[in-house]
Amino acid sequence: MAQSQAMKVLTEPLVNNNPIALQILGICSALAVTNQVATALLMSIALTAVTACSNFSISLIRNHIPSSIRIIVQMTIIASLVIVVDQLLKAFAYDLAKSMSVFVGLIITNCIVMGRAEAFAMKEPPGLAFLDGIGNGLGYSLILILVGVVRELFGAGSLLGYQILPLASAGGWYVPVGIMLLPPSAFFIIGFLIWGLRSWKQDQVEEAEYQIHQVHRTEVV
Amino acid sequence: MVGIVGFSRDGVGYIVVVALAVCLVCSVLVASAATFLKPMQTVNAKADRRSNILEVAGLPSGPDVDVNEVFNDRIESRVVDLSTGEYAEDLEASGFDQRDAASDPEQSIKIAPREDLADIKRRSKFAEVYLVNDEQGELKTIVLPVHGYGLWSTMYGFLALKPDANTVEGIKYYEQGETPGLGAEVENPRWRAKWEGKKVYGDDGEVQLSVIKGSVGANTANAEYKVDGLSGATLTSRGVSNTIHYWLGANGFEPFLKKIRSGNLSAEG
Repeated sequence: MAQSQAMKVLTEPLVNNNPIALQILGICSALAVTNQVATALLMSIALTAVTACSNFSISLIRNHIPSSIRIIVQMTIIASLVIVVDQLLKAFAYDLAKSMSVFVGLIITNCIVMGRAEAFAMKEPPGLAFLDGIGNGLGYSLILILVGVVRELFGAGSLLGYQILPLASAGGWYVPVGIMLLPPSAFFIIGFLIWGLRSWKQDQVEEAEYQIHQVHRTEVV
Repeated sequence: MVGIVGFSRDGVGYIVVVALAVCLVCSVLVASAATFLKPMQTVNAKADRRSNILEVAGLPSGPDVDVNEVFNDRIESRVVDLSTGEYAEDLEASGFDQRDAASDPEQSIKIAPREDLADIKRRSKFAEVYLVNDEQGELKTIVLPVHGYGLWSTMYGFLALKPDANTVEGIKYYEQGETPGLGAEVENPRWRAKWEGKKVYGDDGEVQLSVIKGSVGANTANAEYKVDGLSGATLTSRGVSNTIHYWLGANGFEPFLKKIRSGNLSAEG
């Protein structure tokens, strides 16, 4: 029972309850850091680590946090973890950290971290909260890497810096699609991903908030 | 509900205790991460500076190059006394750090507001310059560190000059916090390429090189002293212009560059 619950917490956010595709959270960074697979990977690792650790620490002290300051306490913990991650990146992956500039710091404001802390870690025990953090981080990573692969492959003809499609400018045949390197392309790709996912898993389709009203001739408007 | 023994969970005292405890633990975590990782970050930052120097001087740089090896091989770093333009022999060697010196009252001077074009308040009395020699040992490029305020941030960069100490070889900003897409375009290679071949000093000996508003066309007068402005980033462009005027002016590297031009220094080293 416990094991199946842990598995469920870990795998559910990958497809069935994906933070980006279903909950539409964390879009900002998904647009900003996905023009290369390398930065998308690094961002994924950073966010997964922060979500897992923040979930764990918040869950650990969940019974002691006064409800009136709980959001601030969560923010403090998340912010500290993000600074630690930022420092680690500057020490061990300087060039990549530089190319991601402010976006590592902006993990603080990523709705996924905050959302999981408030929705899950405040109620569940630390072990499970940790797994939930990993699961949601991986769900985010999955989308980020997919978008990164599409953008780098069609925008620059390469994957992780290795040239896959020979560029026309270097004597090959592939003319890169310029828009792929710009943030708006990520919007389109994420849109197509959500479309595909919801065609496959019909239960993810949201109920319309409006109804198209048929006006008949006899009806007085 | 009762949290820690003896306190009511919603009482003010309890809230303050929890808040303080959380802050204490978090600050210890952040402080220790920053302290323990500092040495590694310094090494990275230094390698990054060096790779930028190589790039601005047109030497091989990038991920496939052993930056330190090329740097030690081709580049000679000297410390210059800015007021006289002479080399400061006793400060030579790798110990000198211009940024530390700029905040040290003994090693820096306060800049009078009227003269403070680059808006940097204080500057180090000394500066580290980088001389690139070609295979014959002749001076090929002079790389000068410059910095100045843009719109949001102090922008740090390097300016490379040809041996005539008047023609620009290249410019490269390596640290800035300007608006991405607008002011941050100071790092854009296409804009940087517009600097090559521009002249710094006019016939009167004053710094004429400026970033103008708009672009330099075929009909622009004195085009050799003018560089296109960054569109949408007037204040950043002005900051770059001011930085150049300050650092190549009489309070900056002018005395040193004059000595280079007259040949009093270049033979040395």
